[in-house]
Amino acid sequence: MIHRYQLGGMNMVVDTCSGSVHAVDEIAYELIGLYEDMPRDEIIRALGARFCDQEGVTEKDIAECYDQVTALKENGQLFAPDTFEPLAGELKSRSAGIVKALCLHVAHTCNLNCAYCFASQGKYHGDRALMTFEVGKQALDFLIAHSGNRHNLEVDFFGGEPLMNFDVVKRLVAYARSIEKQHNKNFRFTLTTNGVLIDDDVIDFANRECSNVVLSLDGRKEVHDRFRVDYAGKGSWDRIVPKFQRLVRARGGKNYYMRGTFTHQNPDFLQDIQAMLDLGFTELSMEPVVCAPGDENALTKEDLPTVLRQYEELAELMKKRRKEGRPFTFYHYMIDLKGGPCVYKRISGCGSGTEYMAVTPWGDLYPCHQFVGEEQFRLGNVWEGVTNPAVQQEFADCNVYARPECRDCWAKLYCSGGCAANAYHATGTVRGVYAYGCELFRKRMECAIMLEAFRLLDEA
Amino acid sequence: MKHIQTLTARTLCESAKNGGCGECQTSCQSACKTSCGIANQQCENKAQQENK
Repeated sequence: MIHRYQLGGMNMVVDTCSGSVHAVDEIAYELIGLYEDMPRDEIIRALGARFCDQEGVTEKDIAECYDQVTALKENGQLFAPDTFEPLAGELKSRSAGIVKALCLHVAHTCNLNCAYCFASQGKYHGDRALMTFEVGKQALDFLIAHSGNRHNLEVDFFGGEPLMNFDVVKRLVAYARSIEKQHNKNFRFTLTTNGVLIDDDVIDFANRECSNVVLSLDGRKEVHDRFRVDYAGKGSWDRIVPKFQRLVRARGGKNYYMRGTFTHQNPDFLQDIQAMLDLGFTELSMEPVVCAPGDENALTKEDLPTVLRQYEELAELMKKRRKEGRPFTFYHYMIDLKGGPCVYKRISGCGSGTEYMAVTPWGDLYPCHQFVGEEQFRLGNVWEGVTNPAVQQEFADCNVYARPECRDCWAKLYCSGGCAANAYHATGTVRGVYAYGCELFRKRMECAIMLEAFRLLDEA
Repeated sequence: MKHIQTLTARTLCESAKNGGCGECQTSCQSACKTSCGIANQQCENKAQQENK
């Protein structure tokens, strides 16, 4: 399966199953489109009639181009068959029972009252609660006990607002650091925060202990303050931006994401990315809102052309800024064409419910943070482990071949079958497909691949 | 005339050789938290890196 597209003045060909990416001229672009449907001579004749009036182009050139395509096919870099299906469950079955990442919900409460919050203002449709040190410690012990031979263990402090339980966060990190060497583990801590409680103590802690921090900012003040308000209804932008700037400065401008959410109210989210850049932030992530279809803030079919255009314009802005020596990172446009994840990772799905779980303040385990509060998805708890193997199996069976809709998608080995939570919320089953999200994902991948191709060719 | 520039270094078939160590980052943990994608994950497998 191949995907051809033209973007940013480039002709791109992605060979789905080999993962090969080719930047091609117009002749090769057209030739590859015809290659599997027409005989060699007919293709050369047809393209000759079309291109031979261009300076320097002869039928001999076109024949050479044809032979280059044939050589790539023979080398497994074009029109590669999909031979990976038998491997689909292998990684998960090889690592059955291994857990390597936890999302610790240290606070099911929040000091902001954001209307669009998928976690219902941090409560996840339940009671407000803070995780005790004892529950958190048990979660870390559970993680170590179930991590098998995995060396790198990921723990994200999440909420609600995790800094509302900062003392427990600090104690849990100290505990993990005190035991990681004896177990030959390396904890990677991350923190996702709305910024309200950031102070020097938090900055010191985050910079000392956290491999990444995720900072919630929606961009323009008026956009941010529309949703991200306190319980008095007052916007938080003025309070948090200076704190974020201090934290990022103290981190040397690295290992953070400024993470925004865009909704039906601001499908023109490039303006919000520009606002983040104007504030001096350069490591950026902007996510489509997660909410029920029909919600007044949900992205609509009518928003789609605007959103897709924003992604393309964002790619152009990144090219421009890189040329000016002012580059910035967009999380979804990071791609390593020279390496990247191996095929096992690409076909195995995201790991929710198997290697990755969320832990509630009460110690209950869920397949991921987005399933917390959905009682039928409760996997077990940090004392007894997984006590609901049927639910875990449902997630273990999620892979790129589990969804018929993915079979003919050129981007399937870049998304690995998509987000189970998005699928569940859109279709009622984790084996479903959130088609709107797929449209956005494919556009992001087109932009990411084009941008990286442009960079590699520019530097060559 | 060079019509095609291949930008990738290895095929996914080749990545299967030493792949599947499971050390790379869990997809959306610690980052976007709301949309899965593995394209931007970094490979943490030393054997894979040496094959590049």
